[in-house]
Amino acid sequence: MTSQSLLSLSAWRVWQRNWDVFMRLWRVELWPGFLEPVIILLAMGFGLGAFVQPISGQSYLQFIAPGLVASSAMFSASFECTYGSYIRMSFQKTYDAILATPVMVEDVVTGEVLWGATRALFSGGVVLVVITAFGLVQSPAALLVLALLFLQGLAFSSLSLFFTGLAPSIYTFNYYFTLFITPLFFFSGIFFPLEQLPAVFQTISWFTPLTHAVNLYRALVLGQVFWDLAWDLAWLLMFTGIFVVLCQVVMRRRLIV
Amino acid sequence: MSIIRARGLTKRFGDLVAVAGIDFDIQEGECFGFLGPNGAGKTSTIRMIYGASPVTAGEVWVNGKDVRRCPREIKAAVGVVPQENNLDPDLSVIQNLLVYARYFSIPGAIARDRAREVLELLQLWDRRDSHTESLSSGMKRRLVIARGLINQPKVLILDEPTTGLDPQARHMVWQKLRQLKAQGVTLILTTHYMEEASHLCDRLAILDKGSVLVTGTPSEVISQYVGEEVLELAPRPEGREAIVSWLEQHGLETELVEDMIYVFGRDSSGLPQPPGVFDKVVRRRATLEDVFLRLTGRALRE
Ligand SMILES: Nc1ncnc2c1ncn2[C@@H]1O[C@H](COP(=O)(O)OP(=O)(O)O)[C@@H](O)[C@H]1O
Ligand SMILES: [Mg+2]
Repeated sequence: MTSQSLLSLSAWRVWQRNWDVFMRLWRVELWPGFLEPVIILLAMGFGLGAFVQPISGQSYLQFIAPGLVASSAMFSASFECTYGSYIRMSFQKTYDAILATPVMVEDVVTGEVLWGATRALFSGGVVLVVITAFGLVQSPAALLVLALLFLQGLAFSSLSLFFTGLAPSIYTFNYYFTLFITPLFFFSGIFFPLEQLPAVFQTISWFTPLTHAVNLYRALVLGQVFWDLAWDLAWLLMFTGIFVVLCQVVMRRRLIV
Repeated sequence: MSIIRARGLTKRFGDLVAVAGIDFDIQEGECFGFLGPNGAGKTSTIRMIYGASPVTAGEVWVNGKDVRRCPREIKAAVGVVPQENNLDPDLSVIQNLLVYARYFSIPGAIARDRAREVLELLQLWDRRDSHTESLSSGMKRRLVIARGLINQPKVLILDEPTTGLDPQARHMVWQKLRQLKAQGVTLILTTHYMEEASHLCDRLAILDKGSVLVTGTPSEVISQYVGEEVLELAPRPEGREAIVSWLEQHGLETELVEDMIYVFGRDSSGLPQPPGVFDKVVRRRATLEDVFLRLTGRALRE
């Protein structure tokens, strides 16, 4: 076996460990991901939406639905690769145990990122099912959202694990969520078109990953696909590529002493 | 042929020298112990052997392979029982073993057979479906040892295998380790229990401040550094000075510790007891503990 195939196999072992744990707990863990989008849809879509004019011809409910797929995936991958990974690394010493086996540190990091992306796929997929049930999916092109959810999951998992590699304590993640993840939730075009914002904020928003996921999902859910979406896709790919490498660097520095 | 060989093995953490260029050879099938007070560098040394911690300088070979070049192969052939019980609390007892076996790419059916085998060996089969959190500390330790055996290692490395266990659990672990050694497994352990070392180890090295102070079999080390016999004297304070000068006149090797006087006898001809009044006199065989305390001093380390 080449070292390359060994590497991918070992990363898969780490993924499988998380999968086994998830299978023990999924009955508990899956419900928040299912209920939260329903609550947001009811509160924002029906409640607030009653006072909002149609946006680009869409009801408010229809407007926010695709973005909730993206935000659910973002939260899921981010929680998994901050709190989840940090607990495995620092409290449970799971990584230390794994590193005494033929699995190497790069496999652990890759396995964690792949697992975070899988969680994002599940959570986003659940929301996609929910909004389909609400009759808010207009095109079979929405199936492509599933593939993109995995990519978006990789983006947020690798970014989160990069942060985890630097975090001095688990409390640091409160800052990550309050100052970074939550603002993305509100300022990435889920609840209102970004054109509402001053130009400078529009520009900032364009440099953050959630905006591009929201653009892509909205287009696919509505079946209105244009070539400029290629920019969103390219942006996400590049962002992911950068942080997949960076999280390897900081985690290696942290774990190998 | 030695199965593990280290030359000038060094570990530094920034300015702190944890392991200061040590040499050792461990033979196939023997039980080799690293003894030393807390902070001596025992954990750092063995973590370098199995590739969990990068070598700062020097070299270490396992099975003729350089740890820096072939970490995966070496980790596949070695079993590890770390100082901390890092069991997976999210998994049951048996799942801990099956998931761990998967890291070695052991196929499922074989892994299940082996998991049963090692759980039966360490008397945990009845607890296979328990949460690891519900196990006693002795059971957790046994489970970590079982986990270290899942890849049928040629070399089992144990970092303080019995620290924190009650005497029953400790004796059971010792018995299992002797059983493994009889099966031909090379054992490397660290400990600060001298009784454990004399019980289990064919050879040992005493480490302090990152350096090896002495290497040899327990009896070699004892006769070289202490002798055969120890006389422990607790004199009355008023007679103490006279006793000390009597011991000096007779050219006896002594160590004065607080209110106690230790006299060491090089051979088995029998140490003379000095005249005087004592609260307590104990005559006993020299042990590894005497060697350890003489070499590493009696000052507290933490
Ligand atoms: N990760 C680390 N970073 C910095 N210093 C360390 C680290 N691990 C161990 N040390 C230091 O190295 C020395 C040797 O430690 P260790 O090998 O754990 O000793 P022992 O296992 O004999 O108690 C100690 O002074 C310890 O504080
Ligand atoms: Mg130690």
